[in-house]
Amino acid sequence: MTRSKDFDFVGLFLWVFRAVILILIVWGTYATIADNPYETRTWVDFIIFGLAQGSMYALIAIGYTLVYGVLFMINFAHGEFFMAGILTTTVVITTPLSESGFLNEQPILSLLIIAISSMAVSIFISVLTERIAYRPLRKAPRLVPLITAIGASYFWQNYFRGLFGSGIKPIPQIEILDGTIPLDFLGTTMLKSHVLVIVTTIVMLIALNFFIMKTKTGKAIRAVAEDKDVANLMGINVDQTISITFATGAAMAGIAGVLYSLVFRQVHFFMGFIPGIKAFTAAVLGGIGSLPGAAVGGLLLGMFESVGPSLFLRGLGIPAFNQLKDVIAFTMLVMVLIFRPQGIVGEVLSEKKA
Amino acid sequence: MNIKKTYRDAWNTGWTAGIVALSISALGLAELFAKRNIVSGVITMGQVMVFIVPIVMAYNFTKNLSMEQRKTGPLFGAVIGATTAIPLVLLIIASTLFNIRDIFVNVSPSLIELLTFGQENAYLGGLLLLVSMALLSYLSAYTHQLPEKIKRSLFTGLITILLVGMFSEILTERIRSIFGAIFGSSVGSAIVRFLFKSKAIQSIPAIVVFAIATYVGYRKIPKTEEEKNKSKRAFIVDGKVQWKTVIPLAVLLLILPLLLGTYLSEVTNNVGIYILMGLGLNIVVGFAGLLDLGYVAFFAIGAYTMAVLTSTGPLGLFGMSFWLALPICVIVAALAGVMLGIPVLRMRGDYLAIVTLGFGEIISRLAISDMLKPYVGGAQGILQIPKPSIGSLVFTKPEVLYYVVLAGVLLALFVSWRLRDSRLGRQWMAMREDEDVAEAMGINLMKTKILAFSIGAAFSGLAGAIFASKLTSIFPHSFNVLISINVLSLIIVGGIGSLPGVIVGAAVLIGLPELLREFAEYRLLMYGLLLIVMMLAKPEGFVPSEVHKRELHATDEDFVAEAGD
Repeated sequence: MTRSKDFDFVGLFLWVFRAVILILIVWGTYATIADNPYETRTWVDFIIFGLAQGSMYALIAIGYTLVYGVLFMINFAHGEFFMAGILTTTVVITTPLSESGFLNEQPILSLLIIAISSMAVSIFISVLTERIAYRPLRKAPRLVPLITAIGASYFWQNYFRGLFGSGIKPIPQIEILDGTIPLDFLGTTMLKSHVLVIVTTIVMLIALNFFIMKTKTGKAIRAVAEDKDVANLMGINVDQTISITFATGAAMAGIAGVLYSLVFRQVHFFMGFIPGIKAFTAAVLGGIGSLPGAAVGGLLLGMFESVGPSLFLRGLGIPAFNQLKDVIAFTMLVMVLIFRPQGIVGEVLSEKKA
Repeated sequence: MNIKKTYRDAWNTGWTAGIVALSISALGLAELFAKRNIVSGVITMGQVMVFIVPIVMAYNFTKNLSMEQRKTGPLFGAVIGATTAIPLVLLIIASTLFNIRDIFVNVSPSLIELLTFGQENAYLGGLLLLVSMALLSYLSAYTHQLPEKIKRSLFTGLITILLVGMFSEILTERIRSIFGAIFGSSVGSAIVRFLFKSKAIQSIPAIVVFAIATYVGYRKIPKTEEEKNKSKRAFIVDGKVQWKTVIPLAVLLLILPLLLGTYLSEVTNNVGIYILMGLGLNIVVGFAGLLDLGYVAFFAIGAYTMAVLTSTGPLGLFGMSFWLALPICVIVAALAGVMLGIPVLRMRGDYLAIVTLGFGEIISRLAISDMLKPYVGGAQGILQIPKPSIGSLVFTKPEVLYYVVLAGVLLALFVSWRLRDSRLGRQWMAMREDEDVAEAMGINLMKTKILAFSIGAAFSGLAGAIFASKLTSIFPHSFNVLISINVLSLIIVGGIGSLPGVIVGAAVLIGLPELLREFAEYRLLMYGLLLIVMMLAKPEGFVPSEVHKRELHATDEDFVAEAGD
């Protein structure tokens, strides 16, 4: 498509923008490497932390990608489904489990109870949100459901704040997750909670893949994502399938919430918002609408965030560079959306989706 | 058969109402407002908040019934009321059985006391709650059988009492100072003591006020639709300025701070700053249809520019005067708008919203970080910003600062209004409706979009500049994404693209919570809910712009009729 000469001006601006960011990254990386401030072991630790963090982003990103695939809508409230998982974990783990001592007597069973209740709460509020705030507006202009989604996000945030209070809540340590395991071949150790995160994520992703690819319901979700009207003609209950899609995404977010609270062990109601936006970044990074993309995008984002400040920013001589972790994530968000909205895995969006 | 179905509907409605009432209780809203009396010693606002749910639900439910079913309407109302009470009764019983407060922090003894009317026995209290809810809902449903006129006058009376009671704290203060100024302070205090007690209206004056309001409501003849349209005041009709409406309004605006006093002037100033931001975002979202969630960035840029230019502290660079710095702030913000506008030129809809959100977050993180600390003060912010002054007159009191805000708002209103009807305004709206078509019509999308971003940003920069010098110190924490959401909510509630809507929206969403200060904590809960409810029920807002109203409510026939003209 040929546009007027204005196009060149904008193109030029964007090229300068891109070049500046690239130069900053290369320069920072070079300076850091030349300075060589850390041992290899530290870098490995960064990467492991990034992987754990990225796994959680991947789990949340699944929800964005599933919903986008089916409805072409950014479910802005998805971060709150994650937060619901976090707060449910807190409540279940402290009040009934930890106080009765059941938590450390039967840790595996406790974790299962926590996971199931968190998933249940996340699923419940996601289905409710879809039913009330999105379903009646399916035919409305695209900005309208986005606005209700923003509304739903703030509503749930403050609803949970009202229910459970606004303070930062500590989470008791589960004994079997305390401590580290040695990784001799890398010359470092790994926190047990990080192992749990990575293993759970892999299990969940495999289960999800099975659900979407091999079950009848999964087939229905794929059909609805392809074409709602035709799916309807084929006897698929579209409304129900969309609800199931939301529930699936919320279940993943709920699990991510459990993992997040077990790793960071300090939670509060505003915790869903920023990870939510970051997970959205991950979903776009991997190509929104694609499930493997969400997983890859999540891991990449997690790594960038954990390695990035020390690698790019330290070299630039920025004081307290770790404060700018979020800036790296958001810069990635902006860059990806501006320059490569189809994502790096590269599923090209059709006209309708873009 | 049919009746059975209606009962089932009533039962379902009752459960919905029950969940809402339970939420209001468990979120702590009821308890918080229990401290605010409506009628001294008789009703608190907390009780009103819980009981209003089944009452409104029952009223609406019976309103939608067919004529013949309405005869049994009150019974349905009673069913709704009783069902609403069930979750609350369960909550009461649960609170006696185990320590529910460990989980739900707001289920406190005083909440239970409120719900059980102070009864020691939870079961008796629960029963009392159930019966009273059923009874009130019965009455509320029964109002449909009253003559229209009586029904209306009753409502007028009830609403008046509610408003007087709710705002009695403010009223007390105002009556005391205004009557005090006229008749001497002892008379002012005496009047207040007669009317109000412990920040609520007394029972006897309440009955008097109710009687008067009811009578006024009874005598008032409702306007027909036509009269309503006629009485709608327009400032300009057929190109002529209507001095009859303009002059009283201008006088009112000029003397407003005298009537309002310090506290209310402060509230008005805050509302004014939000009106400024709202007008700016209205250009971006309302006129041009570009959803910008990082709008707070420009507010921050305006405020920081003002701070750096004028501060007398260590971070201030030039020690400029407010008036000299003001245009610079606006220009800097507008330039920032251009800088943001260019990269996002080719984005649409939801992606644009997320990118702007990202930009906003980046700017707020940078403002807090140590990296920019030598320039903008990091988390400690910038202090010692002087207030505006002319000669030796310093605008210290909110009553005086009001005029600065007023001037800004009037200027922004004028600019918005002229822009809306200009060529550029029409281009924006064309772009909002359909970018491709607009481009095909020869509209330069790039120029139009960038102008929308930069003018919107300029308004916000102006708001930020006034904000900084009003507070005399700024901190990065005051510029978070919630401000963008506040502004977005207020223009949506007022009506997207509507200028009076911005004012109404700001007054309701920013002014009201400041008057009901307990509310502050629940503000965002309400905003979230409002965004959803507005989009579902009234997407054009409460004061819709003409174009939007026509679009959203036009049927095909209207278009045919218009085309035929």
